[in-house]
Amino acid sequence: MFSLAVFFQSFGPLFWAARYTLLISVLGIGLGIVIGTLICAARLSPYPPLRRFAAIWVSFLRGVPLLVQLLVFYYALPVIGLDVPAMVAAVVTVGICASAYISEIWRGAIAALPKGQAEAAVAIGMTPVDVWTRVILPQAVTLSLPALINELILLVKASSLVSVVGILEITRASQAQAATTFRPLEVYIAAACIYLLINLCLAALGRYLEHRTAV
Amino acid sequence: MPAASSVEMRKVNKYYDKFQALKDIDLSIPPGKVTCLIGPSGSGKSTLLRCINFLEEYDSGEVRIDGQLIGYDAPNKKMSGRRLREMRRSIGMVFQQFNLWPHMTARENVAEGLIRVRRISKADADRRASEALAKVGLADKSASHPSRLSGGQQQRVAIARAIAMEPRLMLFDEPTSALDPELVGEVLSVMRTLAGEGMTMVVVTHEMGFAAHVADQVGFMEKGELVSVDSPDRILHHPEDPRIQSFLRTYHERNSF
Ligand SMILES: Nc1ncnc2c1ncn2[C@@H]1O[C@H](COP(=O)(O)OP(=O)(O)OP(=O)(O)O)[C@@H](O)[C@H]1O
Ligand SMILES: [Mg+2]
Repeated sequence: MFSLAVFFQSFGPLFWAARYTLLISVLGIGLGIVIGTLICAARLSPYPPLRRFAAIWVSFLRGVPLLVQLLVFYYALPVIGLDVPAMVAAVVTVGICASAYISEIWRGAIAALPKGQAEAAVAIGMTPVDVWTRVILPQAVTLSLPALINELILLVKASSLVSVVGILEITRASQAQAATTFRPLEVYIAAACIYLLINLCLAALGRYLEHRTAV
Repeated sequence: MPAASSVEMRKVNKYYDKFQALKDIDLSIPPGKVTCLIGPSGSGKSTLLRCINFLEEYDSGEVRIDGQLIGYDAPNKKMSGRRLREMRRSIGMVFQQFNLWPHMTARENVAEGLIRVRRISKADADRRASEALAKVGLADKSASHPSRLSGGQQQRVAIARAIAMEPRLMLFDEPTSALDPELVGEVLSVMRTLAGEGMTMVVVTHEMGFAAHVADQVGFMEKGELVSVDSPDRILHHPEDPRIQSFLRTYHERNSF
């Protein structure tokens, strides 16, 4: 028998655990945007060594599962004498992993702009900085918004993997709940509902932003 | 109205890898005159035009604007970015695909260069932008984004964006080729007005009527060569070179019904 009482009681602790899920996802995407922008700049730079570094960065991080990256990072840090809290390790790993995807999102958006957009600016004598900040980036950001929101939704789901390094986010919290209540089905369905709720909100935010920036 | 520029091209060559897109181009563009460039697709018309503002880097020869070499300080020594930008400020360019910035309104498109490049205050830039838009007949469209404008209107905004910078030379690369036939006239009429004001204009075009009636000289290009530069009448009505004759025959066949 499905116990509605257990189902509803699970929400309290799981909502509490959801702060970690959100914290890891939001900080992860923030870090991912910062690093991803730098990687994208390196990828588009005129310097072959920088370009090669960025290409390797992207293909390595996209080619290794996040779970493995997390474990490697988590166990590698103490080896090189860095003792960081699990939370920091998790955010940094998620952010680095996201940076590969975000750099590709930027690159795709920039490549999608017609060449004439920058040419028109160059032709009237704008500086490279103005060409980027006034013409290319504003359009690239708008073009990328749906993909960035999508990436954030992926991160919310991927953050369940950080349970392996002991962070009590939604997934790990529900495992704990399931173990103490012996009602895994109710607990996991409650967890599923919370993930769904978060991601529906993000999708709605995405539609709102897209609508607002449409011209 | 600022003085009009002249352009001198001497033995200009341009390669894309091994492919030679421009072959020893010699061309004098006198100040205040309209020069039209015609020729088959792929003959190098756009490449030649884009060498004039160094949007395309020529490999050898000289391109001089009012006597000043553009792009290079000396052979094989590139000009600094700052000096190049200074020279480009007084050269307006209009593209086949308009290339308006879609995230800005018509007025913002026109004001942007004034604010960023000419360093004019926002208020003054807006005023000048409105004047430029009025000049091309679009005073009422200044708050519209490009996506809300017809092709002809977009191209007129693009012309306003160029003339607001008070250029001494205007380059047009097939400004009406992307337009529906009924919208061509409004753009050509703006260009005719500019020509009447004594602007130096270089126009790559397939509009033979415009070339015949507005141009002071017409250049015919084929396979990277500037085959001939002469009066519109001599090129368009009494061509001697068989290549021009054959090009015009194809043109007339395509446009007759
Ligand atoms: N970036 C480039 N890389 C390689 N080849 C190019 C490049 N741009 C132009 N070309 C080649 O140079 C030649 C001249 O091109 P250009 O665009 O100047 O011709 P055009 O006379 O303007 O033709 P159209 O009437 O089609 O616009 C063409 O054969 C073209 O394929
Ligand atoms: Mg062309």
